[in-house]
Amino acid sequence: MRSKWRRLTAAAAACITGVSLAACSSTEGASGAGGGSGSSGKVVVWAVQDDTLNPVVKAEMSKFNNANHASASLQTFVNDPYKQKLQTALGSPQAPDVFFNWGGGNLAQYVHAGDVVDLTSLLNGDPTWKAKFLPSVLNTAKIDGKYYGVPMEGVQPVFLFVNKAVMTKANITAMPATWDDLLTDVDKMKAAGISNPIALAGTQSWTELMWLEYLLDRVGGPQKFADIVAGKPGAWSDPAVVQALTMIQDLVKRGAFGSNFSAINYDNHGTEALFTTGKSGMQLMGSWELSGLVGTFPKFMKTGNLEWAPFPAVSNGAGDPKDIVGNPSNFYSITKSSKNVKTAEAFLKTVSSDDYVAQLIKIGQVPAIAGVESQLNTGNYPDYTQFVYGLVKNAPSFAQSWDQALSPSVAQTMLTDLQKVFLNKMSPQDFGKAMDAAK
Amino acid sequence: MSSTREAGRPGAIWAVPALLFFTLFAVVPMVLVVLLAFTSWSGLGSPHFTGMDNWTRLLHDHTFRESLRLSAILTVVSWIGQTLVALPIGVWVAGRTRTRAVLSAIFFVPLLMSSSAIALLWGTLLDPNFGLAHVVGPWLGVDDGNFIGRPSLVLYTLIVVISWQFVPFHVLLYQAATRQIPESLFEAARIDGAGRVREFFSITVPQLRNTIITSSVLMIVGSLTYFDVILILTNGGPGTSSRILPLHMYLEGFSSFNMGYASALAVVLLVIGTVVSLLITRVTGYSKMTSQREGL
Repeated sequence: MRSKWRRLTAAAAACITGVSLAACSSTEGASGAGGGSGSSGKVVVWAVQDDTLNPVVKAEMSKFNNANHASASLQTFVNDPYKQKLQTALGSPQAPDVFFNWGGGNLAQYVHAGDVVDLTSLLNGDPTWKAKFLPSVLNTAKIDGKYYGVPMEGVQPVFLFVNKAVMTKANITAMPATWDDLLTDVDKMKAAGISNPIALAGTQSWTELMWLEYLLDRVGGPQKFADIVAGKPGAWSDPAVVQALTMIQDLVKRGAFGSNFSAINYDNHGTEALFTTGKSGMQLMGSWELSGLVGTFPKFMKTGNLEWAPFPAVSNGAGDPKDIVGNPSNFYSITKSSKNVKTAEAFLKTVSSDDYVAQLIKIGQVPAIAGVESQLNTGNYPDYTQFVYGLVKNAPSFAQSWDQALSPSVAQTMLTDLQKVFLNKMSPQDFGKAMDAAK
Repeated sequence: MSSTREAGRPGAIWAVPALLFFTLFAVVPMVLVVLLAFTSWSGLGSPHFTGMDNWTRLLHDHTFRESLRLSAILTVVSWIGQTLVALPIGVWVAGRTRTRAVLSAIFFVPLLMSSSAIALLWGTLLDPNFGLAHVVGPWLGVDDGNFIGRPSLVLYTLIVVISWQFVPFHVLLYQAATRQIPESLFEAARIDGAGRVREFFSITVPQLRNTIITSSVLMIVGSLTYFDVILILTNGGPGTSSRILPLHMYLEGFSSFNMGYASALAVVLLVIGTVVSLLITRVTGYSKMTSQREGL
């Protein structure tokens, strides 16, 4: 009997320790959540952490608060944990009033769960406001014919970042205009002793996905991915998908990404370090990369070696070489559980204010706002912003990043299997079969 | 008679807070997980009942089988590896000299760090171009420093990191247990002419029997449910090469948002964990708690 009692006490002690640990973590969660909103115009805004953008949002927020006697506040989270937090918080009392999102399939599931406020009448009731947004971007937050979000930062197309010093070293004189040019450039860089000609952060599969997104568009045109999104049977086994993946495997075998790309981490600045130290000559990345380089590698930025180029064309491909992929923008949406929808709606209007737009341009972003061309030369990186604006303006198609456009579960399978394709552990055909079966 | 018995033994009411906590935070979630395992739920809205769907999927899930295999390797290799490292170090630092005290203080540093800090630290060390991996790789035959990006190496690299994190804890256990061994046993052995090696195998190790079992149970059950460092370092990749069972459960639940299927995996994990720890305590006779020093 005694030993039984002792064991029970031990169990109780373990339990209490466990409970207090659990309590610690949940308290942390609760304080992070901010517990929704009160009655005094309190608006809690959740967004992903971004050292350059967050201060701009906060500045605009304090102006908004002063002008409207409101108390909007910003809470930021790191990318992946943010998505998890959002998924579990929406529809619960922990939900924020306004949340940052990517539009597309990601936003659609929240809309279908009935957690998001319809902004259609707000936009239609203020036509001058609505007209400010680039329609192609605003449409990313249009679900079943209704608007559920407004773009709150710049457009983020994906394109090639180039280190001019490496190009000079490898005797490359022009940006790659075609896929064959790119292959030649890779060979030249390897011959010049560049270990990882193209920097690729293989531990994060989304960086690999950008190559597939572009190649499928160049090879088969935008309809191929539209079929995938629509869930057309066999869409993943389309010859264009197989060809795009085969081209990727060839590129890997050619040594374009070096032999150790699968151990490189984007969040540790692994690719940026390669790129800025001249161990890589190119990197395919979204336009946000500029703020990463400016923030972490200011010395490199001073050398003036940063250049950029559109993704090359593929000869005989069905896609328009002017097509782009990436994140049209990020959006603010309002939760149905918010107690201050009116204040939140008023806050949403700040994303198109002249000050906010000017600040976005200043930090190197290209706002999704019509008629900003004239302002683009005022920022710190006018060449860059004008290039990005031109890229978006002239693009016949702007495909949303697949991991955002697809449902989370399909996106996860895709990201895992794509890593296998890059490592030559899965054939393009098997990838197609596995993805057609994924749901 | 009865009054003395009541005074000697606390009433059942004293167990109420503990039982309440246990019910609320262990039994209730467990029951809910079992229920969720028969539903489909994305975390949004309410779950709907799908019968045996998750379980048929489990039978056909290649990643599940792969994750079981990886979990088994992780458990066995890290158990053997950590014990072989922790036991000698623990016995060694049990000696009371200043060098040992200073060194053991250094050994315990990883114990003070959070798992995420350890993962981030190792993430930087394992960068193949700028980290320690770049320097150490060529010595170990991994010329390009690619430790966590190679499917055949990634799991073993992670085992090293995990061992680095937990060995200090087991060293602490062995140190304390070794200090409990009566000096008279060693003296007797020395008089009989036993050397250091003989002392270690004939006295220290048998006397540490219960500690070895405790430490093994902690390691084995710990490895079965381990995942935070792996999540941060590789996220189960490349592909599914380091996707151990708990991580598979987590990714299904919180990245794919298949909460129902993740719950089915959680039930499997629960069953395996319970069976393994019951088995160990049964086989080793640990539950009997017999003394090692009878007659001393």
